[in-house]
Amino acid sequence: MKSRRGLLTVIGLLLALLIITPFASSYVIVLITYALVFAILAMSLDILLGYTGLPSLGQAAYLGMGAYLTAILATQYDFGLGWSFWVVILLGILVGALTAAFFGLFAIRATGVYFLMITLALGQCVWGLAYRWNSVTGGDNGINLPPRPEFGIDLANDVTYFYVVFGCFVVSLLTLYILVKSPFGRSLEGIREREPRMRILGYNTWLHKYIAFVIAGGYGGLAGVLWAHLSGLVSPGDVLLTTSVDALLMVVLGGPGTLVGGAIGAAVIVFLRDYLSTMLPWWQYVLGGVYVLTILYLPGGLMGIPERIRHRRARSASQGETKKLKSASH
Amino acid sequence: MISRLIGKFGWKLMLGCLAVGMSVSQAAGAAAELRIGFLAPMTGIFAQVGKDMSNGFQMYLDEVGGDFAGAKVNFIVEDNEGKPPVAVRKAEKLIRQDKVQMFIGGLLASTGYALAPVSTRLKTVYIASIPAADDLTQREAAKYPYVIRTGWTSSQPNHPFGEWACEQGYKRIVAIAADYAFGYEVVGGFQKAFESCGGKIIQKIWPPLGTKDFGPYIPTFKKDADAIFTLMVGPMSLQFPKQLANAGIKKPVLGGGTSYDEFVLPSMGDEVLGHVSALQYSAALDTPKNAAFVKKYREKYGKVPSYYSESNYTTAQMIHEVFKKTKGKWPGSEKFIEMLSAIKLDTARGPVYLDDMKNPVHNIYIRKVEKRKMFGYDKDELWNTVIKTYPNVGQFWKYGKTEFLKQPVYSRDYPPCKHCE
Amino acid sequence: MNAQFWLIQSFNGISYGALLFLLASGLSLIFGVMRIVNLAHGAYFLLGGYVALSVIWTTGSWLLALPVAALAIAAVGLVMERVFLRPLGFDPLRQVLLTVGFAFVFQQAALDIWGGDNLDINPPDLLRGSLVIGGLYLPAYRIFMICMAGVMGLILWLVMEKTRMGAMIRAAVDDSEMARGVGINTSRVSMFIFALGAFLAALGGAIGGAFLGIYPGLDFEILPIAFAVVIIGGMGSLTGAALGSLIVGLADNFGRALFPEVSYFTLYAPMVLILAVKPTGLFGRE
Repeated sequence: MKSRRGLLTVIGLLLALLIITPFASSYVIVLITYALVFAILAMSLDILLGYTGLPSLGQAAYLGMGAYLTAILATQYDFGLGWSFWVVILLGILVGALTAAFFGLFAIRATGVYFLMITLALGQCVWGLAYRWNSVTGGDNGINLPPRPEFGIDLANDVTYFYVVFGCFVVSLLTLYILVKSPFGRSLEGIREREPRMRILGYNTWLHKYIAFVIAGGYGGLAGVLWAHLSGLVSPGDVLLTTSVDALLMVVLGGPGTLVGGAIGAAVIVFLRDYLSTMLPWWQYVLGGVYVLTILYLPGGLMGIPERIRHRRARSASQGETKKLKSASH
Repeated sequence: MISRLIGKFGWKLMLGCLAVGMSVSQAAGAAAELRIGFLAPMTGIFAQVGKDMSNGFQMYLDEVGGDFAGAKVNFIVEDNEGKPPVAVRKAEKLIRQDKVQMFIGGLLASTGYALAPVSTRLKTVYIASIPAADDLTQREAAKYPYVIRTGWTSSQPNHPFGEWACEQGYKRIVAIAADYAFGYEVVGGFQKAFESCGGKIIQKIWPPLGTKDFGPYIPTFKKDADAIFTLMVGPMSLQFPKQLANAGIKKPVLGGGTSYDEFVLPSMGDEVLGHVSALQYSAALDTPKNAAFVKKYREKYGKVPSYYSESNYTTAQMIHEVFKKTKGKWPGSEKFIEMLSAIKLDTARGPVYLDDMKNPVHNIYIRKVEKRKMFGYDKDELWNTVIKTYPNVGQFWKYGKTEFLKQPVYSRDYPPCKHCE
Repeated sequence: MNAQFWLIQSFNGISYGALLFLLASGLSLIFGVMRIVNLAHGAYFLLGGYVALSVIWTTGSWLLALPVAALAIAAVGLVMERVFLRPLGFDPLRQVLLTVGFAFVFQQAALDIWGGDNLDINPPDLLRGSLVIGGLYLPAYRIFMICMAGVMGLILWLVMEKTRMGAMIRAAVDDSEMARGVGINTSRVSMFIFALGAFLAALGGAIGGAFLGIYPGLDFEILPIAFAVVIIGGMGSLTGAALGSLIVGLADNFGRALFPEVSYFTLYAPMVLILAVKPTGLFGRE
């Protein structure tokens, strides 16, 4: 987000969301909450993909870790159902970050498509564990969570939970925004553009990438905790490859490197998957079509559209001026 | 100027319109409309089963013209892709958006376990017409007051089956079953009954759900077994018998009902002749009611119905019975459950009534795969011929409810494999 | 666990590996030449099976079904490469995402055309029984799979080593800029390779149809396994694909027979370890 206008638009949007949602139908509230949870996941991926240039196909792993942690604590240890909910949030972030710290040791050595492959493999490892480690994860059945916590406010109420998730989303957006605008964030972009040059300039690029990876994992874990309570069920299906692929699409669709783009992409994909699918039996064509069209014609994603319009207008304006100059010189 | 305005307010405007639009588009429920939500996999690896399920229900609706004693039925089918989390999301949509009075369906046990809490959370009736997870109407039943089952429990047919196996003289059996709750409960029920009358399960193998290559498992079968007990679902049912035959194993094969279900039977070959299974339904059940059901279904949908279709057809029939009593009015969730539990009906699978844990009591049929002509069809086809009937089998068999509930739910390790070497 | 057990399991593992080789060799070559990870590869495999089935339904000939299916999907791959991938130029990430989009479209199309049934290909009677050697039952179809993979592997090797096209391909894999520099039409090579990859995948699907079945969802199920092969063996290397398929086939088989609890782990963990040590795989190059 580079301009003041962009900032105002975002704030306006957020306010609108906050105010209008509670009045929407109960299903829409749930959908929007899902979109917000995915938005956090998408933004975490954007840090890697959009800002550092690392395409990860394994973000669902961190969502899964956070979600399973929440579920296991809630069912086997009765933990996280009161004020301890906030502790679980912190633990979710921690477990996501730690998993990323471990995985990062394997992954960061690779770049480009190799990075893609290895994050895919790591994601599959988590999936495999979730699927087969029956005694802990409930295997295919997954884990059903007890009703949402109550601590003064009752999270079981959909609108209340929406506010909590919304709050987490705004906090994530803010903290990530500060991150990408910081010198650290700038150096990540430098790595994305020209890693060899950054190295020559003396930056420890491995460390930078590693830290970005860990941070992304942490936010993924946060999304996982929120997801677990939203869905009421944690199962290996949540850690599937398709979830990571969805996250990737959300970022690419919205516009990599814009942070907010990921959130917009998330909203679109959630709408497609959970709303359109109930109206059109051939919604998968739309999904595939969206992918293909975005890739072909929208390299900057949806967020890139205003830029392109401006660009085109600037181009035609300068062409007009050139014409004027030509005619003037006669 | 205008573009700047649109840029600033456009998003907000759009979102607002969207929200308002969606909230207005709710179903305005007319008093005599019955909205029934239906969840089944319409895409993915179980897509065909999902279609069989909804077709079964739909056929009954078509027979009564979509009218349950005065209530107009609005049947809304949602695709859960065979995934429990998607089932939960679609159920929420059905309840919150479409305002259904009840939702039915789900296929896998895991889906059943995922949907049950939704029914409690949102206080909506959930009729489990297929998910056979034992505990939904056993040890966990108290958690799910809005759940009622019209299908079966996984262990239900396998208790009498275990007894039957003893009667055949089998003493040592190897079990191979899909590695998830359904597999555990089917084998568990069989094992308990079989070992109570002197049999021994000497080996238990658990290939993951969806395995197609049984190469790793078949060579490990103990050579001194009398028979093999298998529980296969979906594509596994197709591949396992072929690979078993190709490996030269000629022992008798007993199976859980889904292993030879009518939805895979047409694609099977001679390798399954003589295989025996147990279930509360067989398309080859030679009763007038079933003959009519099979012929009508086959004419309409081009295939012989499986229990997936029958169970949902019977469910529709049972719901209709309730509405006949209420003269077409929705009696509210709690009363509806009460009334449905009291229904006694003669259906395509035979006589059915529900026990006090809201699970059906019905006949269990021991069936053998044979190649023959049935119901006047002129071709020799594979059918599950009924060779023995156990009437009025409940979910607790002969064990008594209290005794049965004391033991843990059948799992990978229960009953323990005492005779596994 | 006697000698018979080990022999049979090895045989099973090798036959599974043979099927994987058909699937993964195409994927590996596509990556080697074009640096694209074709996420629609699983869909090619599945579509190959479906088309083969349709051919059998209409002509009754299983023998015809295999090449027809493979060629049909090769054509699809050709179109996809020409019309959609080529215009993107050299942008691997976006090309990868494009293939994902297509994977979704193919999946839906398959569902619409062939329905959601679990289908099965019935091979000719010749291949239905088992060969019995010394008390060991060796299913004939598995032997067939091994032979097919062997034959295709040989043909591929011959093409790579002995033909001009093969030389061009190898040059493009080694260094595509240099290859262009010496006048090799790399875009023609790309097109050929992509079509070849699709051909191999579809052949694999047509052959695998009798072994794994054909049903919606198979495409995304088989994809991670193909990746495991390519990652372990190294992208762009035919030898790597062969070795990788063997390793994965055996590891998967033995893993499931001996350690069923963690069977998926035994597949993906070695992959991660190999990547950690050698990110380009055993025979890959970068």
